[in-house]
Amino acid sequence: MNERGANAAATDTATIAYVLRLGDDALIASHRLGELVSRAPQLEEDVALANIALDLLGQARSLLTCAGRMEEQLTGVLRTEDDLAYLRDEQQFTNCRLVELPNTDFAHTIARQLLFSGYAFELYAALRDSADDTLAGIAGKAVKELSYHRDHAARWTVRLGDGTRESRERMKAGLDAAWPYTDELFAADQVTRSVSEAGTGVDPARLRPAWEEFLAQALSDAGLDWPETAPITGPGGMGGRDGVHTEAFGYLLAEMQHLHRSHPGAAW
Amino acid sequence: MTAEEALLEEVRGLAAAVPDPEMPMVNLEDLGILRGVARDAEGTVTVTITPTYSGCPAMDAIRANIRERLAEHGHTRVRVRTELAPAWSTDRITAEGRRKLAEHGIAPPTGAAPAPGAALVPLSVRCPRCGAFTTRELSRFGSTACRALYVCESCREPFDHVKPL
Ligand SMILES: [Zn+2]
Repeated sequence: MNERGANAAATDTATIAYVLRLGDDALIASHRLGELVSRAPQLEEDVALANIALDLLGQARSLLTCAGRMEEQLTGVLRTEDDLAYLRDEQQFTNCRLVELPNTDFAHTIARQLLFSGYAFELYAALRDSADDTLAGIAGKAVKELSYHRDHAARWTVRLGDGTRESRERMKAGLDAAWPYTDELFAADQVTRSVSEAGTGVDPARLRPAWEEFLAQALSDAGLDWPETAPITGPGGMGGRDGVHTEAFGYLLAEMQHLHRSHPGAAW
Repeated sequence: MTAEEALLEEVRGLAAAVPDPEMPMVNLEDLGILRGVARDAEGTVTVTITPTYSGCPAMDAIRANIRERLAEHGHTRVRVRTELAPAWSTDRITAEGRRKLAEHGIAPPTGAAPAPGAALVPLSVRCPRCGAFTTRELSRFGSTACRALYVCESCREPFDHVKPL
């Protein structure tokens, strides 16, 4: 292990916050897709969305466990993956707002998946070179899975965009609704500056050109225009990374956390 | 062979033979998910495995089954460790594993695992029932994370294919 390897990185609060963000992104993206189990438009799609949700949940578990252990080295108190997923309040979640957007209809789900998995693919491709060995290991697995996820979303974008007038309008509406939340994915702040300097994380702006290239190809194959809806920020210019979320997020958390909070330690 | 080497070889053999919970025709060795066995000074045996997919729900069952199998043979101080890097790939499935999959109606992965981001164009997948190459992908996501759903245009039967990863 090199000098700035896992142990040095583990005592750094910015790295903990960074890993927690990635874990929250994966967890919430997974939960939204999980809501569609038994409700997808066709059986094959039901299975596909469930499989993608499961991959994301696996990534979330690894990332939250990793963040919890790093934090323990700093504070001496361990929060497990379950503590982090079920016992934090809305303002303590730092996922991007894109992944919490409601499913609304299938095209909205596909639009969200297209934008998010396109971004997450580039992120994990870059994080394979992280100076933190654990994070690099998680990224090495995640990037292969994201490769399938973004391909799934891109294929559906083409089918819907290049389908009937109805499917095209819906795909366009889905993209317009999700687009205002994409700037947040590439915004730098104290945390990203610190981790990109330490080599444990990446400067998100660096991921944007490749993401735009992927998106331009998918939209062009689908005969769709580049979305032009204006960015939406929360109060004071804040967003998901600051713990400021959309209205839909509280309802998501209530459903996700209800069982665990009502019956602590429930297992079956 | 020292007694220590013999013991590790026995443990390795026992762990290797543990069947996969979702595809019981293949074992941990066939799938290439057994990474190694070791024993520390206190006598605790550590078996290292790697998951196929991040969210593979079979991992808990695999861990429990390894411990159970080893306990049956008197090894009770056992730890099962999960290692992510280097990431598992379908290239790790052994020739024996591929043969067993095909024999049980599951088409093994074709060609080498794609580099992440490379176009996901599947090579012709051979029907495990009739041997025809005229097969078609129905869904890239099948009954488990590692499988895609195919149909054979020749014998008309649907089948699972372990997709390259
Ligand atoms: Zn056939």
